[in-house]
Amino acid sequence: MKAVYGLYADGHAAQQAVNRLRAAGLADREITILSAQPMEDFEFGHIDKKNWLWWIACAGGLLGMSAGFGLTWLTEMSWPINVGGLPIYAWWPNLIIIFEMTMLGAILATVIALVVTAGLGRGGGLYDPEVTDGSILVGVENPAEAKLADLQQALESPPGARVKTV
Amino acid sequence: MSYPSHQQINRDLLRPLTQTSWRFYALVALPSAMVLAGLISWFTQMTFGFGISGIRWPIFWGFYVTNFVFWIGISHAGTLISAILRLVNAGWRRPVTRCAEVITVFALMIGAMFPIIHLGRPWLAFWLFPYPSERLIWPNFRSPLVWDFFAINTYLTGSVLFLFLPIIPDFAVARDRATGLRRRIYGALALGWRGTPKQWHRLETAMQIMAVAIIPVAVSVHTIVSFDFSMAPVPMWQTTIFGPYFVAGAIFSGIAALLIAMAVLRKVLHLEAYLHPVHFQNLGKLLLVMALLWGYFVFNERLVTYYGNEPAEMAVFWRTQRESFAPLYWTMVICNFVLPLILMGIRRFRTITGCVIASIGVVIGMWLERFLIIVPALGHKYLPYSFGTYRPQPVEIIITAATFAAMILLYALFSKVVPIISMWELKAGDPPSPSASARLADARPVSRGEVNS
Repeated sequence: MKAVYGLYADGHAAQQAVNRLRAAGLADREITILSAQPMEDFEFGHIDKKNWLWWIACAGGLLGMSAGFGLTWLTEMSWPINVGGLPIYAWWPNLIIIFEMTMLGAILATVIALVVTAGLGRGGGLYDPEVTDGSILVGVENPAEAKLADLQQALESPPGARVKTV
Repeated sequence: MSYPSHQQINRDLLRPLTQTSWRFYALVALPSAMVLAGLISWFTQMTFGFGISGIRWPIFWGFYVTNFVFWIGISHAGTLISAILRLVNAGWRRPVTRCAEVITVFALMIGAMFPIIHLGRPWLAFWLFPYPSERLIWPNFRSPLVWDFFAINTYLTGSVLFLFLPIIPDFAVARDRATGLRRRIYGALALGWRGTPKQWHRLETAMQIMAVAIIPVAVSVHTIVSFDFSMAPVPMWQTTIFGPYFVAGAIFSGIAALLIAMAVLRKVLHLEAYLHPVHFQNLGKLLLVMALLWGYFVFNERLVTYYGNEPAEMAVFWRTQRESFAPLYWTMVICNFVLPLILMGIRRFRTITGCVIASIGVVIGMWLERFLIIVPALGHKYLPYSFGTYRPQPVEIIITAATFAAMILLYALFSKVVPIISMWELKAGDPPSPSASARLADARPVSRGEVNS
C-alpha cells in the first residue's frame, strides 16, 4: 500500500490539513484520519458519524424477545408441569425470562454490529504508532501519482506538520 | 486539576504492565495461598459431604447463600455505576469507570460460584441449565432459581462486553509499545483498532447503548436475587420492599468496594496523578446518599413488620433486635448507617482515609445484613418443629475468606495485564487546545487558491 500522511500535534492543525485536502479535490471517504481519542471538538471528528447501531440494537432486542417467548411457550406447552396451581403458561414469571433475553439480544446485536461496521478484526490500512502517543494522522491511501505533490503540499502547510510517505 | 500529556498517561498507566516488582509477587502470594486453602476446603466438603459444614435442617442457607447475595451485590459497583456516570456524562468518571467495571465481572464470577458450591455435588450443576432432559421436563421457568440463571448470565455477558469494548483502544496502545509475544497478544485483543472517526463514533454509540441496556439488567439481577427470598413463605421474607431494598443495598456495597479498590490502586500503582481526592469525595457523597437510602428501607421494613404484629414475624424481629442476633444487628446498623453518616456527612472527614474506613465498615455491614436476612428467619419459621440454629464450620469460613482473597488476586492479575484506568477516556478529557472561535474557523473549508498560495 502506498500512502502519504501528516502527523499533527493538535486537532487545530489536523483540521487545517483535512480542509486543505478537501480543497485539493479529495472527498471525505478518501481521507484517512487517525487519533488516540475521539475528536468531537473538531469538524473532522464528525465525519462518518451517522450509524444504525441504535436500530440494530432494537432489532436484536426484538429477536431476543421472540427467542425468550419461544423458549418459554414451546417448552412449557410441550412439557407441562403443574406448579402450585399456576397456569401452564404463566405470564408473570415468564416475563422475567423474556425481559432478560430481550436485553441479551440487544447487547449482543450491538457488539456484533460494532465489530462489523467499525471494521474491527480486519486489520490493514494506513497506521503509524505515533498516533497512540497523541499525534493526529491525516493522510491519503493509494494517492494518484499526479496528485502526490499537491497532497504533500497540502499536508505540509499546517504548523508543526511532519509529512511521511510509505 | 492538572492534565498529564498523552505520553505521560501512556507511560504511567502502561508501567504496571511492563514492570514487575517484588511487591506484586508479595501481593499475589498471600491471596493465592488463601484461594488454594479455599479450594482444598471445597474438595474436602465434596469428599465428606455437607456434614462437615454447619448447614443442616432447618437452615440450609448459611454462609454460602449469604456470600452469593453479597457478591452479586458487590457486582453492582461497576457496570451500573459506570453506566449511570456515562449516561449523565460526568467528567470525573473517566479514571473511575474501569476500576469499577472490573469489580463487576470478578464479583459476578465469584458470586455465581456459590450456587454451585452450595449444590454439594457440583458435577450436577447442569441440572440448573435449560435443556431437554431424559426426564422429559425442562427446568421450571416459574422457579426464581431459573430466573437467577438467566439474569446473572445476561448481566455477566453484558458486563464482560461493557468492560471489554472500551479496552480495545487501550489494547492498541499496549500493542504499539510491546514486543514479541506480548505484541501478538495485545495485537489480537486490539482487533486491528486504528482510531478512525468511524471507529470512535461506533464505539461511543455502542457504549451508550450498552449503558442504557445494562442499567435495567443490573436492577433486574438484584431484584431477582431478592425474589429468591420474597417468593418463599418465610417470616420477614414475603415483602414487596425486598426488590428495591436489595438493589439499594447492592449499589451501596458496590460503591464501598469501589472506593476500597481505588484507594489500594492509587497507593500500590502510584496513580496519585489520576485518582484525585475529588474522585473519592464524589463517590463518598454517593456513599452517603446510599447510606441514607439504606436506612430509609430498613426503617420501612421494620416499621411495617412491627405494626403488622404477626407472631411469627415478630419472633424473628425480636431475635434480631434484642435477642441472640442483636449484637450482629446493631453492628450492622453502626457499620451501614452511623459510620458513613459521620464520616461522609462531615466534610472534613470526607478524605481518602475517611472514605476507606467508611467503605470497610459498609462492606462488613452489608455482609452482616445478608446474613441477618437469611439465618434468623430460616431458624424460626411458622411452627416450632422447624426452629433451629446455625453455627458456621471451618470449611465455610475458609471458603468465605478465600472468596475475598480471590477478588484481590483476580484484581491484581487484571491490573498487571490491562491498564486499570481507561487511557483514551483520560485523553479525551483534555481541555481542548484551541478556542471555540478558532475551531469554527478551522471547520471552514479553504479554497484551492488558498492551498496553492
